[in-house]
Amino acid sequence: MILPALFFYLFAGVCVASAVLVIVSRNPVHSVLYLILAFVNASGLFILMGAEFLGMMLIVVYVGAVAVLFLFVIMMLDVDFVELREGFLEYLPIGLLIGAIFLVELLLVVGGWVINPGTVKQITAAIPNNVSNTEALGLVLYTKYIHYFQIAGMVLLVAMIGAIVLTLRHKAKVKRQDINVQNARTPELAMAVRQVASGQGLQDADAAEWVK
Amino acid sequence: MTIGLGHYLAVGAILFTLGILGIFLNRKNIIVILMSIELILLAVNVNLVAFSTFLGDIVGQVFALLVLTVAAAEAAIGLAVLVVYFRNRGSIAVEDVNLMKG
Repeated sequence: MILPALFFYLFAGVCVASAVLVIVSRNPVHSVLYLILAFVNASGLFILMGAEFLGMMLIVVYVGAVAVLFLFVIMMLDVDFVELREGFLEYLPIGLLIGAIFLVELLLVVGGWVINPGTVKQITAAIPNNVSNTEALGLVLYTKYIHYFQIAGMVLLVAMIGAIVLTLRHKAKVKRQDINVQNARTPELAMAVRQVASGQGLQDADAAEWVK
Repeated sequence: MTIGLGHYLAVGAILFTLGILGIFLNRKNIIVILMSIELILLAVNVNLVAFSTFLGDIVGQVFALLVLTVAAAEAAIGLAVLVVYFRNRGSIAVEDVNLMKG
């Protein structure tokens, strides 16, 4: 009984500590690395709660895709990050004030909340006991919530197209592949057979014509 | 001692607040602002999964999956906009975003 509590405090503590370091780090690369640590620990929390699939998904999606995207962008942009931190202390008091008020409000809500007994009777899709979490999720995701699943796919498609359209640019100097020119090329255009006289070699005029 | 729903909700609340605080503190650095938004969405996911598992309803996890999708799309689009903005202006300072004088 003590072990789950121990792991909860371990995961929660490291998660919160690395979240603090994300927002106070001087170097954005360190921020991203702490963000990865926060997500890995949140994934541990998910697994502790019994949502293994989402825990693994968090690692795959966030650590594998989003965090790497952040790292790419930070390293690609040539930005003076010291200059960007100038207002940090200036905003610290008001930020701390608002954060403290917000946290107290949220914790008061968490402390004073009671679940309506009727809620338990209104459960839409109960978690089955005899199957794994992944299977239970799949059983509802692909049947009852198939339209949500497909809309999620559309969101990702639109995001992908949007990101490509935003960042794609055509440089005039870059040589590009022209499929039509390649397909129109025939053996007659591409090569020629010459009878080379012995001891004379290929004449310059012939060579020029051949190269054309 | 048992870990209940309240413990997880407290973690979610703290993460959410840290995300808000990150937006305030790093007013100039839009990359850290995007990371703070990711933290906020993570807090939302922790809440959804906590309620889902403690009430025994799997729909919360389905919804958390959709939030995850939107978070990934948002990060991709946000960073693409950031890259385009940097190409045009040579800076990513939030305070320089006044071209339209709105």
